[in-house]
Amino acid sequence: MENPSEPEPVMRFTDVTKVYPLPAGDVVALNKISLYIAQGEFIAIMGPSGSGKSTLLNLMGCLDTPTEGELYIKGKRVKGMTDEELTSLRRDHIGFIFQQFNLIPLLTALENVQYPFILKTGAADSKGRSIEVLESMSLETNLFSHKPSELSGGQQQRVAIARALVNDPEILLADEPTGNLDTKTGSAIMELLSDLNRNRGKTIIMVTHDPKIAEYAHRTIRIVDGKIV
Amino acid sequence: MIFLDLALKNLKRHWIRSLLATTGIIIGVLAIAALGIMGNSINLLVANVISDVGDTVIITPHVAAGTGDFFGDPRRAVQSTISQSELDRIARVSGQNRVIPVQQSAEEISFGDESGYATIIGLAADDSNYLLDVREGQYLRQNSPGCLVGHYLAREWALSPGSRVMIGNESVRVSGILEERGFAIDINPDYALVVDEGWFASHFSRSDEYDQVIIKVENINDIDTVKQAIDHQMNRRDTVVDITDSRDLLTQYQQIYDQITVFLIGIGAISLVVAAVSILNVMIISVTERIREIGILRSFGATRRQVLVMFLYESMILGVVGSAVGGVLSVLGGILISGVAIEVLTTGTSFGENATIFDFNAILYVSFAILFGIVVSTVSGFYPAWKASNMTPIEALRHE
Repeated sequence: MENPSEPEPVMRFTDVTKVYPLPAGDVVALNKISLYIAQGEFIAIMGPSGSGKSTLLNLMGCLDTPTEGELYIKGKRVKGMTDEELTSLRRDHIGFIFQQFNLIPLLTALENVQYPFILKTGAADSKGRSIEVLESMSLETNLFSHKPSELSGGQQQRVAIARALVNDPEILLADEPTGNLDTKTGSAIMELLSDLNRNRGKTIIMVTHDPKIAEYAHRTIRIVDGKIV
Repeated sequence: MIFLDLALKNLKRHWIRSLLATTGIIIGVLAIAALGIMGNSINLLVANVISDVGDTVIITPHVAAGTGDFFGDPRRAVQSTISQSELDRIARVSGQNRVIPVQQSAEEISFGDESGYATIIGLAADDSNYLLDVREGQYLRQNSPGCLVGHYLAREWALSPGSRVMIGNESVRVSGILEERGFAIDINPDYALVVDEGWFASHFSRSDEYDQVIIKVENINDIDTVKQAIDHQMNRRDTVVDITDSRDLLTQYQQIYDQITVFLIGIGAISLVVAAVSILNVMIISVTERIREIGILRSFGATRRQVLVMFLYESMILGVVGSAVGGVLSVLGGILISGVAIEVLTTGTSFGENATIFDFNAILYVSFAILFGIVVSTVSGFYPAWKASNMTPIEALRHE
């Protein structure tokens, strides 16, 4: 798998271990995982519950840090990064899509999308970048001013994807993106993600239970008991 | 500014909770400022009154209790006046300063249909213009059977120079009406009659014994010297007389009222602490129920500092709004409370009618209370905010 002549992978894991210390004894969530993800890949991570797939995704998103081993994202070594550095890595290069959508209930659809943009630029979105992204998600304009609670699941996930894309990150991390949607809406969302991968070159890493959903990916990584099988 | 915006939205989302927390701060600030103002007003009132007689040393007979053994010297207990020989000794060491012996008693007086008891003050005729100001009519003349009437007594009974008042069974002509004098440590003639010492001696069959001696010190810096000289002269073996001056009294009053003010502010501070606890409570609830939201913010690139700032904004908004409203109300409340306090404390007396309620100190109390309110709210918001910002994004996101 390793080939030094290839361009720097988007992600490189070398013997990454993640241990959660619990009173009842340490839980090894990931056990010496090594993997490479190249620019433009669409990867599905599959495995039974508790196998460590979400932990893997969280490490990829710098939401969590490895206990042991090395992790490089966009060629940058994650270990030893300050919280500030991890935060800007997330903000500038990674977009998250969650099963629960995780929109901020106080804010309208548009404000939810604007938020990461303002965090990155420190200025208001005067050029309409957020509107542009929302429109590209085929969300009706009259819904932009709606609160998340006034939107359907599919609409909420479109807003969430728009939010993940607003800072134009290279990597999209999706944790069961269709888990809370019906089959039809789920398929539409998957078409959207495929399109982002195909036509806009986004690297997409997606955790899923559903083999049908995993078919959209080019490569599937299976995890059992914290190990890639 | 997105964090300020979010903080405002969140406060609005739980507006009842925000309102209650703000009310707590309002009450706290109000209590501190209003009580401070009230204490200050009392202080001002007393200082105004007492400083009027700053050049006065008062000598009163020492009453037995406390002279050595438990019961004291029985002879002194009986003799609670200053004798002529004692007066002479006082006068001898008082230098150029005017020594004014005063006799006081009470007697039934009447005028027309009005009658009642009043204080009768006996003064040497030529001392009366040192001590008192006549508003209308004339000062006392030696051995003449006239009297001076205090401001309030004259007003209530509609007395004027020339009226005849019955003191006991003797009819006395009013020769003058006094200016209002207010509360003082020497004599309080506003509800009294002032008569010549000769007339006093024959009417009450009391001569050569005095209830107090007033020394008007010409140079105010000599007060301590005069007091020491008298103390040395009179109290060498036993304490015969008590010597005090108006500054002593002022200091004592000020100490008492400073303590009252501290006590009042303490009560105010307690209510502010209660308010702080309620803000702390609101902020902890606010943080706890938004842990997931914090996780979302963190995953999209909000730094710890930014999360901290957002929650600090919330508590600061509560604090600033509460303190500002509390400040305004405390000015109004301070006026009201001070008014009532002065009314209650000065009922039936003349002083305090023109008492100032607001001065620089009162403004200081209000500013202090506002500042304290803001600081307390910010500090009590800090802990939950700090807690929120220190969670790892994944901890926060996993929180249900």
